[in-house]
Amino acid sequence: MSEGPLDPTTAPTFPIAARAAMGDAQLRNNVRHATNVIQAKRARVVDEMPDWQALREAGKQIRQHTMRHLDIYLEQFEANCTRAGGVVHWARNAAEASRIVVDLVKQSGSDEVIKIKSMTTEEIQLNHALEAAGIHPYETDLAELIIQLGNDQPSHIVVPALHKNRQQIREIFQRTMHLPQLGDQPQDLADAARIFLREKFLRVKTGVSGANFLIAETGGVCIVESEGNGRMCLTLPETLITVAGIDKVLPRFQDLEVMLQLLPRSATGERMNPYNSLWTGVHANDGPRAFHVVLMDNARSEILADEESRQTLNCIRCGACQNACPVYRQTGGHAYGSVYAGPIGAILTPQLQQMQHAQSLPYASSLCGACYEVCPVKINIPEVLIHLRNQVVLQNTAGIAGLFDVEAAAMKAMAAIFRSERRFKAAQRLGRIAETPLVRRDQQGLGWISWLPGILGGWSQARDLQQMPQQTFRDWWEKRSNHDN
Amino acid sequence: MTTSSPLSARAEILQKIRIANAHAPDTAIAQSAWSDLPRDYKRTSTLAHNAVLDLLADRLHDYDAQVLRSALADLPRNIAAMLSARSIQRLVVPAGLPPEWLPPGFIFTPDDSLSSAELDRVDGVLTASTLAIAETGTVVLQNVPGQGRRALSLVPDYHLCLVQSADVVQTVPEAMARLQPTATLPTTFVSGPSATADIEMTRIKGVHGPRFLDVILIV
Repeated sequence: MSEGPLDPTTAPTFPIAARAAMGDAQLRNNVRHATNVIQAKRARVVDEMPDWQALREAGKQIRQHTMRHLDIYLEQFEANCTRAGGVVHWARNAAEASRIVVDLVKQSGSDEVIKIKSMTTEEIQLNHALEAAGIHPYETDLAELIIQLGNDQPSHIVVPALHKNRQQIREIFQRTMHLPQLGDQPQDLADAARIFLREKFLRVKTGVSGANFLIAETGGVCIVESEGNGRMCLTLPETLITVAGIDKVLPRFQDLEVMLQLLPRSATGERMNPYNSLWTGVHANDGPRAFHVVLMDNARSEILADEESRQTLNCIRCGACQNACPVYRQTGGHAYGSVYAGPIGAILTPQLQQMQHAQSLPYASSLCGACYEVCPVKINIPEVLIHLRNQVVLQNTAGIAGLFDVEAAAMKAMAAIFRSERRFKAAQRLGRIAETPLVRRDQQGLGWISWLPGILGGWSQARDLQQMPQQTFRDWWEKRSNHDN
Repeated sequence: MTTSSPLSARAEILQKIRIANAHAPDTAIAQSAWSDLPRDYKRTSTLAHNAVLDLLADRLHDYDAQVLRSALADLPRNIAAMLSARSIQRLVVPAGLPPEWLPPGFIFTPDDSLSSAELDRVDGVLTASTLAIAETGTVVLQNVPGQGRRALSLVPDYHLCLVQSADVVQTVPEAMARLQPTATLPTTFVSGPSATADIEMTRIKGVHGPRFLDVILIV
């Protein structure tokens, strides 16, 4: 449904994109079904863990601690990975990371790569850069394959094709794999992917991956997956290139005992996902002969500099907040205009854009707190959302432009009204008169306003406002006191 | 920056992190802060060992793996039974697997640097394991004698994994503590056969890794 890569610099604002998504009944059905299933599975396997809250607290503290000493742990990772035969590269931004990967693929002598699902490579639109350099990337995760063959975009960080149902997937596979007789049972579709990709696994000499965790203490990398496509890409090629955000590091091997409990249960509702791979540099007669890690900043160090929102970096990309979010569950992921959708996307995307784009995303939330409750590392997403809203307002009202900002003027007027009882009463009287032509009655006879004129219209776009009561509490209190006297 | 030579990406990123954190790197402080991190979750076994073995079997069943308990002396017979039930004839075996465990009547090919295409042509693979985690139904393989390189337990469609009962722990933290001394070996956690839930969140067995996993618990 989406056209072109999800790019926060060009995407429409959330309210406009969300309106379009809300009109797609099939999409909403698919998203509702998938998020319901994952939430139920997650709840079951989280409830059987009596120490879940202690694990969450440990997870939060480990991540906080890591960020506090990020420079030390990155240098340790680099030293240990290098000692084990890996080559570590550093990239300031998306363009630099893409250029490093393209050069490495060319050096490996291959014009095609097999890829493990990686949101980091989605973030930097690596496939575009590879294709522009004449290198063909094959996505090997089933969902990413569906996305790639369907010329679509990911809508969830764990289950990127959750917005597609089996009939839609069959149609894509029939068309692109030339399998007119393909059935629509999930097993048929998975079998088709197995056959389609096996030949690529056995042939392609260069693999590209992301990383779930980098281990500073050992220089090792950990990748968590389900299908085995990850293991194929990590072990069969001659060259492996791993792209990881600088936030992915963990201090020690032991810290995995927390993350490997929190992540699978939160992400897919499994006690453990089918495969976790751990490797350290290059191993004789086991896996690739050349191993590269690209450590990418891409605005993460800017996020780190903001004391109030740096907790965003603690994210381990489980997607639980997306499944729990009442907004995401209605709109799906594409409306967020970024590969990071849902609550985590609403705080991560604008910050990755250094608040220059995606400014509508911090408002794409009802602040209900469901995301915070399920977050395995206790990121207080509502708190960060409010902080970012404040940033957006400060940006828009800074300098001369702020003098002409209508919203800021309205807020100032509101403040003046709330400061004085006389003005407050006058405003209530005025409001009751002014709202009269806008009020519509529902079946119970209650008055509602669902359209406001002019700039106020933005507010009523997504909200119905109840008619002001004929008698306010203050009126009632005054009358009551008069009777008593 | 006003320096004449531009900073490398590495130097620039590390410098930005140091400015953001507003402190100079201090390994000793980081080390002691790490040691003080709260770890109030369960880190030791709460069940008797027999119950741990039962739990492992139960969790593996949940993943549709077959589990059989066998005395060491009966191992060849039980391996034969498992393979016959799955109609598996030709298997690859890693170096270091005790030859006396292998039953007659099957073709066991030693892994002598077989190509991926050759691995793709055998029916299955038989390996030992480093340990197993009961609570999560996980077997852990490492590149050591008897388990071999990672591709062995990946490319063939069937994996029969042998687990010594002394190597079964209840919790993930116990497993990580045992793995710590060999943390840099290539290590694979296997929890059931390859699977996906990418299509309508329906769990489908067997996408790219082995579609069938069986476990024999040596008691």
